[in-house]
Amino acid sequence: MLYFSKLRILFITLFSVLFILIASSNLFKFDDNFFDKKINLGLDLQGGSYLLLEIDNEPVIEQKLQNLTTTIRNYFKEKNIKINNIKIDNQNIFFNVTDNDKQSVLDVFQDENSDLNPYYPRFKSHQLEIEDTGLNLKVNFSRQGLIKLKTSSQDQAIEIVRRRVDEVGTNEPNILKRGNNRILVELPGLDDPMRIKSLLGKTANLTFRFVTNDESDRFGVEKLKFENGLEEAMVSKRIIISGENLLDAQPKMDTQANQTIVSFTLDRVGAKRFGKATSTGIGKQLAIVLDGKIISAPVVRDTIASGSGQISGGFTFQSATDLALLLRSGALPAPLDIIEERTVGPDLGQDSINAGMIALAIGFMLVIIFMFVKYKIFGLITNVTLIVNLFILLGVLTLFEATLTLPGIAGIILTVGMAVDANVLIFERIKEELKDETNNILAFDGGYTKSRTAILDANITTLLAAIILFFMGSGPVKGFAVTLGVGIFTTLFSVYFIARLFTSIYVSKNKNKEKLI
Amino acid sequence: MIAFNKYYNHFNLLSSVLIIVSLLLLIFKGLNFGIDFKGGTLIELRASDSKINVSSLRDRFSQMNLGDVSVKKFGNDTDFLVKFENKDNKKNIIEEIKTNLDKSFGNNYDFRRVENVGPKVSAELLKSGIIAISLSLALMLIYIWIRFEWQFSLGAILALFHDVIVTLGIFSLFSLEINLSIIAAVLTIVGYSMNDTVVIFDRVRENLRKYSDIKIFELTNISINETLSRTIITSATTLLALLAIYFFGGEILKGFSLAMILGVIFGTYSSIYIANTVLVRLRVSQKTVLREDD
Repeated sequence: MLYFSKLRILFITLFSVLFILIASSNLFKFDDNFFDKKINLGLDLQGGSYLLLEIDNEPVIEQKLQNLTTTIRNYFKEKNIKINNIKIDNQNIFFNVTDNDKQSVLDVFQDENSDLNPYYPRFKSHQLEIEDTGLNLKVNFSRQGLIKLKTSSQDQAIEIVRRRVDEVGTNEPNILKRGNNRILVELPGLDDPMRIKSLLGKTANLTFRFVTNDESDRFGVEKLKFENGLEEAMVSKRIIISGENLLDAQPKMDTQANQTIVSFTLDRVGAKRFGKATSTGIGKQLAIVLDGKIISAPVVRDTIASGSGQISGGFTFQSATDLALLLRSGALPAPLDIIEERTVGPDLGQDSINAGMIALAIGFMLVIIFMFVKYKIFGLITNVTLIVNLFILLGVLTLFEATLTLPGIAGIILTVGMAVDANVLIFERIKEELKDETNNILAFDGGYTKSRTAILDANITTLLAAIILFFMGSGPVKGFAVTLGVGIFTTLFSVYFIARLFTSIYVSKNKNKEKLI
Repeated sequence: MIAFNKYYNHFNLLSSVLIIVSLLLLIFKGLNFGIDFKGGTLIELRASDSKINVSSLRDRFSQMNLGDVSVKKFGNDTDFLVKFENKDNKKNIIEEIKTNLDKSFGNNYDFRRVENVGPKVSAELLKSGIIAISLSLALMLIYIWIRFEWQFSLGAILALFHDVIVTLGIFSLFSLEINLSIIAAVLTIVGYSMNDTVVIFDRVRENLRKYSDIKIFELTNISINETLSRTIITSATTLLALLAIYFFGGEILKGFSLAMILGVIFGTYSSIYIANTVLVRLRVSQKTVLREDD
């Protein structure tokens, strides 16, 4: 165990130097790309905001089912099958058909090539499930159908969230999917997420619809409140144009009326429809509805064929800017709820870094002094190893551009405390060996060999705990698992290669010395 | 040689009492779950005006209809920790509080940290925390079973249970807060305690193979003594590192390092007085370890 070939010594030296260099790239600037990596600081250290958003898919499912009732009705109409009593209840569609038609309806739903009910061969499942309850037929989304629906609304939502966050212009936001109905937003450096939160909290569903008093409107009417919550108006359900028709929206100052407005440009389809509606609807009130509330309902005075217009509604400059931003980035497919928020101010982050570093320095000093007092020259070897170990650990974290959190720093300090364990096990074993063995080299060799299984077992158990923590833990705790886990490997490396190398050099030079350790 | 085995029965009794008391505490007093597991809102606030203190803050917050609000000093005199349940999960609660505080305190305060955990997330975090701890115990059990014999596995796992339950019992007794980092600490304790147990067990196994005529009662004592200096040194360096975190690592790591300190102490104790006594009680002998090697 004490013999090292020249090649191996070279390898150990190169390896250690390499990681020390990588680790020091956190402190110095290297031109080389390879050394340009840095350890990322977690949000708890650099300050920033962590938001977990959940997509509320209920309205999407309701809407899809609503559309589906029309589709089903029309589909079977062509086949001369009459659908009766179709209704939606608790995310199920119920309807009746005559007993003669029942089987053919069931066949349509269960046909793998059905265009009414898409089949996913990969999951061996249809989008919809149909069931004969005896009283009527019940149609609902299958498990796969729901998953598809959720992932697709998640895909759309994450795109919109990304656009909105980008528009606000924070540095390096991190936007990730979580499960099939959640979105994680990490905003480093942002200590007041109020604006982003309010932007993400809005669906931004914009529609232009006429105000009407005609209850028998072909499309139906609904009573909507104004933004101020005081007035109400009856608005037709017929949508003239919607947010999708917008090409651009910008906040502007209307100098004539001396108020802030949002001006918008429409795409070709939108412009055409807007032109037609404004030409036929002169004198009528056109309600501008955002997320179910009327922003304003100006009277149409002229035909607007230019495809651009403006929205006024008593905006401040800030609220006009935000509305324009929301309109530009598009509507969310479903409302988002912020179900978890963690925000750390930058000065607290800095305080945490300082406290962590002081704790690390003090912990390190205490351990080093203890080891030196206890083991003298071998304590010194352990201490040198400990320092190299720390650098290699930082080097590995840098290489993988891992995220360092406050618990992560605690993990490093803990690694310092526990890293001496392997060396202690070895040294104590050597001491025991020396009781019966006068040959120093044999005793040291025996000490290394016989302590190996205990060291391995002991480290694997800690590693198992770290692995579980990594997969089950979230955020900062994950950072702890990473440093603890990586620390085990670097510790084993430094104990078995670096410390052993020094030990072997020292022992071979003092072969005949008594009471070596 | 220290006669650890002289006190096996005494300490087994003590541990049983500790475990029972801890379990009673956990059942009847329960744990003081932080917002991570209970849901709610936490605000760490730093004041730059001496008018802002615990009572004036409590006063302000009680007028905001937030339900039960806890206001505590956090570290030094200018830092405060405000916690409340946020039962209705109001969306703009932080903004409302800011506007409210501005009226009384102007600009003389600063929110350093805001955490808001919804009921759904906290339930999930609790579940995954419990799963993580159970899973780690199970994995340790299996690992030791593979590496040693079942008697050893049982001893190690009992020692682990003891450490986890007693540490949590102390957290319950002093109503210390259980949050995500405490779960991390508990898992690390599991790793550490295991580590400690394994080192002694390794020696017990080695000695079992070496001496056929020594009874397990004596043999465990020999093994404990042989590994004792290592046990003491490693516990000492680990405790030194943890004490450094506890005293200098800032308020946020206090709970974590305290749990770890307790865990290391109990872990070291249980390796000696629980893990080994199980071997004695199960009458482990040379046959136990030789069987599989034949």
